[in-house]
Amino acid sequence: MLTKGSGRGIMRALQQHLRNLPYMASYSTNEFRSGLKILLDGDPCAIIENEFVKPGKGQAFNRVKIRNLKTGRVVDKTFRSGESVEAADVHDTQLQFLYSDGEFWHFMDPETFSQCQADKNAVGDTAQWLKGEEQCQVTLWNDVPLIVVAPKFVELKITETDPGVRGDTAQGGVKPATLETGAVVKVPLFVEEDEVIKVDTRSGEYVSRARE
Amino acid sequence: MLANKPAQRSLATGLRSNWRPGAALDILAARAKMLAAVRDFFAARGVLEVETPLVSSAAATDPNIESLRVLDPAGAHRYLNTSPEFAMKRLLAAGSGDIYQVSRAFRAGECGALHNPEFTLLEWYREGFDLQGLMWEVAELIASLVQDSGLVAEAAYHTYRELFLETLGCDPLATSVSDLGERLKKAGIAPPAGECGLDELLDLALTTVVLPALASDRLIFIYDYPISQAALARSHPGDARIARRFEAVYGGIELANGFEELADPDEQGRRFQNDLELRARRGLAAVEQDERLLGALASGLPSCAGVALGLDRVLMLACGLQHIDEVLSFSWERA
Repeated sequence: MLTKGSGRGIMRALQQHLRNLPYMASYSTNEFRSGLKILLDGDPCAIIENEFVKPGKGQAFNRVKIRNLKTGRVVDKTFRSGESVEAADVHDTQLQFLYSDGEFWHFMDPETFSQCQADKNAVGDTAQWLKGEEQCQVTLWNDVPLIVVAPKFVELKITETDPGVRGDTAQGGVKPATLETGAVVKVPLFVEEDEVIKVDTRSGEYVSRARE
Repeated sequence: MLANKPAQRSLATGLRSNWRPGAALDILAARAKMLAAVRDFFAARGVLEVETPLVSSAAATDPNIESLRVLDPAGAHRYLNTSPEFAMKRLLAAGSGDIYQVSRAFRAGECGALHNPEFTLLEWYREGFDLQGLMWEVAELIASLVQDSGLVAEAAYHTYRELFLETLGCDPLATSVSDLGERLKKAGIAPPAGECGLDELLDLALTTVVLPALASDRLIFIYDYPISQAALARSHPGDARIARRFEAVYGGIELANGFEELADPDEQGRRFQNDLELRARRGLAAVEQDERLLGALASGLPSCAGVALGLDRVLMLACGLQHIDEVLSFSWERA
């Protein structure tokens, strides 16, 4: 029952309650910028584009293009301007790849030596470029790897490829080569087994022989 | 304390390297020319230039417009005006005759490619004009302001209802929240989460579907809005579902909003009350309604039509620019 004066007690109780809640950051729509990380339906997302729309005498909206960082899917969302959205604790860091146990890929922070593991979803196609000790850009969500990006260039040894055709020099054809990590790339005909080559991980293309 | 210092220093460095205006100097010259052309236009028509206060004791009650407050060191507050409308109507009621004003207006939180929280409004009132007469005058003024940019001058006129029927296939005067929500989804527009009001969806549909579908090479007038969106317009004498309100749009961008002005003090009082109740329900700041405006209406507002035109956007149009920052000396982020 509410009596005069009980309001203050309720406020005190409410303040006490709020102090005990875990700290949760949030962003108002007027802080929306591309690159901002927010939590949407429980998933971490990044804002790609934000547009403020408002009829002169009407409701204001933020029309936002958002990438779901777990699935990679891009969706359009509409928010009422002034609404608040929970912030996602997402940040990028450089971690060293240690090893894979088949189920998880293990990484280490080279400064603090603390380790964490990434699952198959986080590593995805990046796995095919990793043999160990690479510095990878890892996107962490609540300190768990969400996205692992391979270094732009990696140097890997060819474990299997057809013998080169003698006389055929730099010009022309390519052949498939299997690398020590299992990745298959197209290489020029003159490149041989056991050679180390440089690969661009963004395109998956052969760049050159690795310098000795 | 020490830990904060580099951050503060980098903020200061960022500000110092960002002192330049957003608008090129020739755009500022175009702005000055436009202001001179506006004054010539009204001088030739015998419309009186007036000035009214930027800081007032009462505020706009519109739940979609948020006033910035000015705090007195003694603890009292006043409001930066969101448009000079109420004060200009008080002048009309006092017998001023036709008047215009070039004024700064302030709207909290409105920031984007087409919005700056501080902007320049040209507002004018014409006694004895109806909606059509004022729309013609707006078309004439805009055509004269953008004539050097080679834009098509011939304006087109459509009712709000007609455009909704064409683009979304629904009658805005008869549709429901669920019907319009479905049609928006089909058009690829996700309504915001939670419960939506019909006006909210109409606003979303207007900005995301109806305006982008309009011809982009001419000035377009949208008129006869649903009565729920009357703002300060009087209702249509022949159809109570409609308000005598118009907007002028170019390339999907709203340039002006005009009314056959509501003169009935009782109806104005009811709209204030509805607005204030809606503000309370939405948890928005309570504001003081303008009692002096109600007094002026009670004493008698001459039959008139009035319009507010966003001069910054007209300048964007005239100069072919996409962002309001490019026509302002110092936009919100630079001010």
